Amino acid sequence: MTDLALPAPADAAAPAAPGLRTEERRRQRLAYLQAGPLALVFLVFLAIPLALTLMVSFWEYNEYEIIPAFTLQNYRDIFEGCLNASDLCTTARTYLSTLKLCALTWASTLLVGFTVAYFLAFHVRTRTMQTVLFLLCTIPFWTSNVIRMISWIPLLGRNGLVNDTLMGLGLIRAPIEGLLYSDFAVTLAFVHLYTVFMIVPIFNAMARIDRALIEAAYDAGASGWQTLWSVILPLTKPGIAIGSIFVITLVMGDFVTVGVMGGQQIASVGKVIQVQMSYLQFPAAAANAMVLLGAVMLIIAGLTRLIDLRREL
Amino acid sequence: MSETSTPTRRSLLKGAGAAGLALGAGPITGFPAIHAAEPVTLRYLGTAVNQSADIARKVKEDLGITIDYIPVVTDEVTKRVVTQPNSFDLVDTEYFSLKKIVPSGNLMGMDAKRIKYADKITSVFTKGMLDGKAIGDQGTAPKKVFYLEGQTGKTFATAPTEWITLIPTTYNADTLGIRPDLIKRPIASWKELLNPEFKGKASILNIPSIGIMDAAMVVEATGDYTYADKGNMTKAEIDRTIKLLIEAKRAGQFRAFWQDFNESVNLMASGETVIQSMWSPAVTKVRSQGVPCVYQPLKEGYRAWASGFGIPKTLTGRKLDAAYDFVNWFLSGWAGAYLNRQGYYSAVLETAQAQMEPYEWAYWMEGKPAEKDIKGPDGTVLEKAGATRDGGSFKDRMGAVACWNAVMDENTYMVRKWNEFIAA
Repeated sequence: MTDLALPAPADAAAPAAPGLRTEERRRQRLAYLQAGPLALVFLVFLAIPLALTLMVSFWEYNEYEIIPAFTLQNYRDIFEGCLNASDLCTTARTYLSTLKLCALTWASTLLVGFTVAYFLAFHVRTRTMQTVLFLLCTIPFWTSNVIRMISWIPLLGRNGLVNDTLMGLGLIRAPIEGLLYSDFAVTLAFVHLYTVFMIVPIFNAMARIDRALIEAAYDAGASGWQTLWSVILPLTKPGIAIGSIFVITLVMGDFVTVGVMGGQQIASVGKVIQVQMSYLQFPAAAANAMVLLGAVMLIIAGLTRLIDLRREL
Repeated sequence: MSETSTPTRRSLLKGAGAAGLALGAGPITGFPAIHAAEPVTLRYLGTAVNQSADIARKVKEDLGITIDYIPVVTDEVTKRVVTQPNSFDLVDTEYFSLKKIVPSGNLMGMDAKRIKYADKITSVFTKGMLDGKAIGDQGTAPKKVFYLEGQTGKTFATAPTEWITLIPTTYNADTLGIRPDLIKRPIASWKELLNPEFKGKASILNIPSIGIMDAAMVVEATGDYTYADKGNMTKAEIDRTIKLLIEAKRAGQFRAFWQDFNESVNLMASGETVIQSMWSPAVTKVRSQGVPCVYQPLKEGYRAWASGFGIPKTLTGRKLDAAYDFVNWFLSGWAGAYLNRQGYYSAVLETAQAQMEPYEWAYWMEGKPAEKDIKGPDGTVLEKAGATRDGGSFKDRMGAVACWNAVMDENTYMVRKWNEFIAA
């Protein structure tokens, strides 16, 4: 992803007059200089820490120290038992559980996010109203995400508001246990927390659609659904892709929401890493982080294969 | 002195940042004259449960020492001591973490000669005995890790020396918490935790090293297996214990797992769970919300824990003196009485007793019915007159300890298996 941010160096094409060449060199230098600060930030805050993590993932460790070495043991531990076809290994189970939550959250946030963005972009006529409603969407972000998450608990619990109301109305006899500490609760919290990350890029993509295209579709006799499916959806793809990248990376690395809403009973890769960190097993955690990074990169590579972000933007 | 002024301010900021506490403006630095008159600040690393604002206020009054709390969770304390030994001046950590901390060489032994009440510390710590009777010592019992060979030694001494690893602050005997109003029958054994009767209403704590001990208590209670040492299992024993937990989890026994104090309070108070691993002050908190909750004594005994003060190897000068002053003050009674009134136990019983009313001592320590309403340190009524403490007297409770919180030799393997349990 780094190269995305770096502007292409000035084109050093046909040789020209010496004066021109110095001019070109100057511009080239300037381009590098301009890219410099961002490159430096990436180097210090992304490349170096990542390289260190990779390095540590090959180290050995004991109860109280990490020992420089080169061992594949940490990776071997992660995939232990994974060749056994009859019973899934811990890592496979953990990833399946994380991926399941990821898929559920992605589908829900996409549906909600797309609908909201569509409404904002095409049904709200005035700019002012659009801005007002858009700001409204960000209101949940005025409180911390832990509070937003925890506030679901009294609502969903065994003796919570939802169960009490349903029982009071006589719709159910016994409380629904699966409301809290379940995949449902985790997905609900994720949707609440992350839908905005879907709305923003999709809305942005929709706002750029030339209205004439929609009129043309209408004139050509397309129905509302046909316009949505064949005109608007393809044109909002970049927004969907960006939103998806946000949501997927956030969910894949999460351990707090899964912990709180899942009652610590649902496995997540982030949680495994966190436990290992707190037990000072840094090399094992680093190895897990590298595997997670690989998995997320694969997902994003798949996404960018479907949608060429650079071209679309 | 001016040499220490910069670290003071920087570390103050660091500590305040970590704690989310702003203790007012930092001391003015750079002026040696003012600095000399400046009160000492001790950065106190520990878990939030042990860090009381009242104690900090009282010690400020009595000694003029400012306590700057750095509250983190149990596992994080160990991590900080091993990885950032310069980020605190005093640590309050559990004895079991010493097996990780001492080999790192980041703490120094505390000089018994400078601890006024060193020889008054209860024999639970120094000898593993109570009134001359040996108590359970499976796991990391404090007596096993109480003394060091030398001040900066990395090995534990088997016989008493003058170098003490941690000066005890609090300790207690843990058991299961239950909701008697929802269970409606007596509970007498650890095996009830996995009784299918409580399917979907049980909980265990998700701190691997402690959770597995609770599970081991259950295994022994069912009569399936007896461990040589529940606090130091072999790989086969870990497998057996985790297998039982996984079966229970797949059968839907657990409602949730908890990781911190407040989670355990909420689970119990809201009725999500009716039986679970619990800590004593959490039970008190549930009860103070008007919800019946019992810290149920069980026939197989208690899982005990203990924590104490340690000082980093790098501490010198006024800060070191202040640390010793604070520890001596802590043992001198006021803090001990404060802790006893919360349901913990204090290290030096005599001094704490002198600071408590006889009826309080009788209720908390002797297991007698309360003559008057029992109040917590903040003045709220915890128990009405006539109540008796769950589990009875100090002797009954600490005497029935079966094992201590521990770090196993196979810790790495255990954590891996625990992750397997969470993923199952």
